[in-house]
Amino acid sequence: MPYLGCEETVKELKRALSNPNIQADRLRYRSYITRVIRSMTQGLDVSALFMDMVKASATVDVVQKKLVYLYMCTYASHKPDLALLAINTLRKDCADPNPMVRGLALRNMCNFRMPGITEYIQQPILTGLRDKASYVRRVAVLGCAKMHSLRPSTEIDPSIVNELYALLRDPDPVVMVNCLRALEEILREEGGVVINKPIAHHLLNRLKDLDSWAQSEVLIFLMRYRPRGDDELFDVLSLLDEFLQSVHTPVMAATLRLFLRLAAAHPAVQADALLRARGPLLAACGSASRELRFAGLCHVQQVLRSQPALYSGQYKRFFCGYSEPGYIKLRKMEILVELVNDENVVLVLEELKSYCTDVSPELAQAAIAAIGHIGRTYTEKCLDILTGLLALQQEHVTSAVIRTFRDLVWFCPQSIGAVCRAVEVCGENPQDTEGKQALLWLLGMHGEQISSAPYVLEGFIDGIKAELSSAVKTELLTAALKLFLCRPAETQDMLGRLLHYCIDEESDMCVRDRALLYYRLLQCGVDEARKILLGPESDPSMTVLAGRPEEPVGCWASGFNTLGPLAGADAHPDAPPADSSAQHCHSTEEEVVSKPPCQPGLTLGPPLSHEAFERLWVELRVLHRQTLGFPPPAAPPETLQAVLQLVKVQALAFSRCEARPWKAYVCARAGSTLVLAELLHGDPAVPDSQDALLLSVKQRPENLQAIRGFVSVLKTSAVQVQGQKSVT
Amino acid sequence: MISQVFILSSQGDHLIYKDFRGEAGKDSINMFYEMVTSLSGAQPPVVMRNKNLNFIHVRHSGLYWVVSTKDNPSPFTIIEFLNRLAALTKDYCGSLSEKSVRMNFALIYELLDEMVDYGYIQTTSTDILKNFIQTEAVTSKPFSLFDLSNVGLFGAETQQSKVAPSAAASRPIVASHGEQGGKNEIFVDVVERLSVVIGSNGVLMKADVEGEIRVKCYLPTCSEMRIGLNEEFSIGKSQLRGYGAAVRVDECSFHQAVKLDEFDTYRILKVCPSQGEQTLMQYQLSDELPCAPPFRLFPTVEKDYGSRYSNDMWLIFIGRIVAINVSVTVPVPKGSLSLSQELSSPEQSAELQPRSKAVLWTIPRFPGGAQLSAVFKVEVPRLSSASLLEVGPISMSFELPKYTCTGLQVRFLRLSPTQPGLSQRWVRYVTHSDSYTIRI
Repeated sequence: MPYLGCEETVKELKRALSNPNIQADRLRYRSYITRVIRSMTQGLDVSALFMDMVKASATVDVVQKKLVYLYMCTYASHKPDLALLAINTLRKDCADPNPMVRGLALRNMCNFRMPGITEYIQQPILTGLRDKASYVRRVAVLGCAKMHSLRPSTEIDPSIVNELYALLRDPDPVVMVNCLRALEEILREEGGVVINKPIAHHLLNRLKDLDSWAQSEVLIFLMRYRPRGDDELFDVLSLLDEFLQSVHTPVMAATLRLFLRLAAAHPAVQADALLRARGPLLAACGSASRELRFAGLCHVQQVLRSQPALYSGQYKRFFCGYSEPGYIKLRKMEILVELVNDENVVLVLEELKSYCTDVSPELAQAAIAAIGHIGRTYTEKCLDILTGLLALQQEHVTSAVIRTFRDLVWFCPQSIGAVCRAVEVCGENPQDTEGKQALLWLLGMHGEQISSAPYVLEGFIDGIKAELSSAVKTELLTAALKLFLCRPAETQDMLGRLLHYCIDEESDMCVRDRALLYYRLLQCGVDEARKILLGPESDPSMTVLAGRPEEPVGCWASGFNTLGPLAGADAHPDAPPADSSAQHCHSTEEEVVSKPPCQPGLTLGPPLSHEAFERLWVELRVLHRQTLGFPPPAAPPETLQAVLQLVKVQALAFSRCEARPWKAYVCARAGSTLVLAELLHGDPAVPDSQDALLLSVKQRPENLQAIRGFVSVLKTSAVQVQGQKSVT
Repeated sequence: MISQVFILSSQGDHLIYKDFRGEAGKDSINMFYEMVTSLSGAQPPVVMRNKNLNFIHVRHSGLYWVVSTKDNPSPFTIIEFLNRLAALTKDYCGSLSEKSVRMNFALIYELLDEMVDYGYIQTTSTDILKNFIQTEAVTSKPFSLFDLSNVGLFGAETQQSKVAPSAAASRPIVASHGEQGGKNEIFVDVVERLSVVIGSNGVLMKADVEGEIRVKCYLPTCSEMRIGLNEEFSIGKSQLRGYGAAVRVDECSFHQAVKLDEFDTYRILKVCPSQGEQTLMQYQLSDELPCAPPFRLFPTVEKDYGSRYSNDMWLIFIGRIVAINVSVTVPVPKGSLSLSQELSSPEQSAELQPRSKAVLWTIPRFPGGAQLSAVFKVEVPRLSSASLLEVGPISMSFELPKYTCTGLQVRFLRLSPTQPGLSQRWVRYVTHSDSYTIRI
């Protein structure tokens, strides 16, 4: 911090502190020491006063002592030789009859971060460990850790380690917890403090005596312990049970994490724990402290990854308050999208709609995107709202709506008609890059249904000189060409102008090359251009299952109650820095434990995204093809998805049940291989699929046994669905 | 574990800085301040990361309370710790502001020294801390009996002398040797936070109450206190007690020091309060309010001639109490130029705030059963019927002193008979809301 006249201040303070008159007046002396500390906090270098402060430490006034110690701890590393002068006073204080003075002196002596101090502090620490006052013992135990950190390379003194392990039985709870902390630091190289069965049970029994800070820390230490056998496990869990409902959110969160870890092999117990922790977690989400509310929301999001239905009934708790800060509102909207079901969809949409006119453009756009996301499942209701928003004629709203339309058209082809009508009547064009690109894409892709498309495009082409973004220009080229292919008469002239400008005057290489490419393509003939440009689109008969499949609890449990969930998914994918390696080995371990024994090797790993599936499907070749001896199941896609979920097969897309040809895409993990499969029925191009289902399987890496297992699972579940159908 | 703790003013001045582990340099303060000031609204500002240092901060009274750590600790623990630090600072300094932190920095250093050692939280209990804290608090305005203004909790204006003076609860818990020493007082506050959404057809869409019973104790020693709640008080849906109007909450949790052996039968909480402020009980109620929502609003929005539209509002306050600090935020279309207003009484005011696209209508005092009306005529260039769609949900914030939404009451407050000296006991109720939304 820039500080004018700082040298003057230091000189003046020095003069005052060495003035015998002031030294004699206790209150004035103290007030000058206070001024030194104040300057130190403000960032002023007052290390020149060290000598005077050492003198001031020899006093009976405890307040003055504390201030001087604070000063000395800060500057000891700069002035090690002068700091040694203070050691004598401190060592004398360590033998003071008052435990408070003893503790204070010992704590601050250990805080001197300078080389060579260890020889002076070792003896006081050892004495302190056996002090009769618990306050001194607390300080001494942590002193061991401080001493170790001052000389990390030297060998660990086994006698100190033994003494610390023995002090775990200390009657004072804070001494006990400090022992755990100190051992953890001293033994870090060897994997930290060992939690064996006697220690674990001792800690569990003492848990009730601790305050909430110590409780949550001990619970984290207990994560290391693995009970032997189910009997012990359930004993431990029943001891922990009451802490799951603790008023203190840190204790509740630590207990829940421990529960999820211990019960990794018992999904029912995990589900029960999540249910019981729902109340406290919701209370955190409604806490008066905004920051706590935010942390609670982030952790609810984690729970929803495995149990999307758990909070559906409480969806109103996630409505935004108008005075809440943006970062809380954004999280709440993300959660609301997850909670939507048939019963609450109307109310949730109404709520989200009221956020679309928010003052902050960012929040308004997020609300529109959220509506669009819900629109993948409840298309009609959302389209009405989105179309209504266009009437607001506000740039940021229009842009967000157009972007949402683009995504919606891709996911739900049945919405094309409505979207085109809405774009048709939309009076205002988006002004930002993203929005322009989305509008151009819509115009190019579905230009034949938007009668005003050529005029809108013409506007863009006329203004191309003022356009800065090359991405928009590229999109414009593609849109113009596509529109030309379906409506040549209206577009030919402007396409010519556009190509001319882009080839002759454009300075951006990418845009110019793209224009040249299209120009040469057109020279080859219109049919060629059409074949290349209007390739396969998304199949309108397919409905993509927008609902995210449920992830196993193990996917996120290791990051629960850490900073990971708060950091946001996009910000730091590798957020947990220190113990990420440890967590990795935890999660693999958990997967091994949680693998259900009855299934023939299929596991439900992290779900495959639609994009990744598409990419893999194109890359790989068909390994196995067979006809299944039955027609496609006549059940709605949601039922099929649920049935497949049960046998750990992830469903990506289904045709509606009456569609011909009928298709479905599914995938599954077996051990380390990924199985992708297509089910086809009634495609005139493939004769095998006329009467029965044709199954084509692709896989990476190849493993024929896994395919056999997968096919048998698929057959049984298909038979089950047929059976259910005939019963109903 | 905690590496550093620091408190910054909103301008970035260093008020408190304590390094517990010597892992990170002092430049981390400036690093933090640069990060926090460059944030836009959407990024989560609670946790930030720079290289391998995590910053977790909370805001209280406009100050940044920050912990930096190299670890990956439980966010709940750190946030609760910072909140607790702020609460303790408030207890010891009387009030929480940049000024009080500046004046009492030695005291706060002393607190931090006892609370945290080598980055590990040792204790935050006032009972233990008071044995160690020696520095006396410096208050900006010495408390004097002549200074008693008849203002209640949250600035409630009251004429009754039976209400505790507001300044009384904002003085340091440890009495200094001045004239104020030895004033034995105990405050029990029942505070409820109401959040309501009312649909455009007047139907109650959502109503949540988050309540708590807080005790602020100035007694140097207190053996046992008994707080009796309504006997009809019930938790959950199935339980119904007594014949009177039931006072029901969905969920309820207690401070660990509260003894509940008489709670099931007599609804009595027994506790030995320690000095300072504590939350004894927290409760929530969702959806089923025992009373009608306190405010009703009947807005009509009509297009006037030209580029003007008018917004008539009838605001009705149901109840026999007085509401204070009522403010109503009415969104207006973008680009609104000017506002002309007709308000029903002179103490009200309305102001157009172009930056937040809203008209802020403030009513300092709103007597029960009254109806207020307001007509806002807003000038908007290029007004279309679509821009009226922007006149979105109306939000209100208010305080209702001496009122609880759930009907929770403290029947009696008894200190054990052996209490030496005269002690004064105050029970205060308040319901406040900063999220009362009415859709148009």
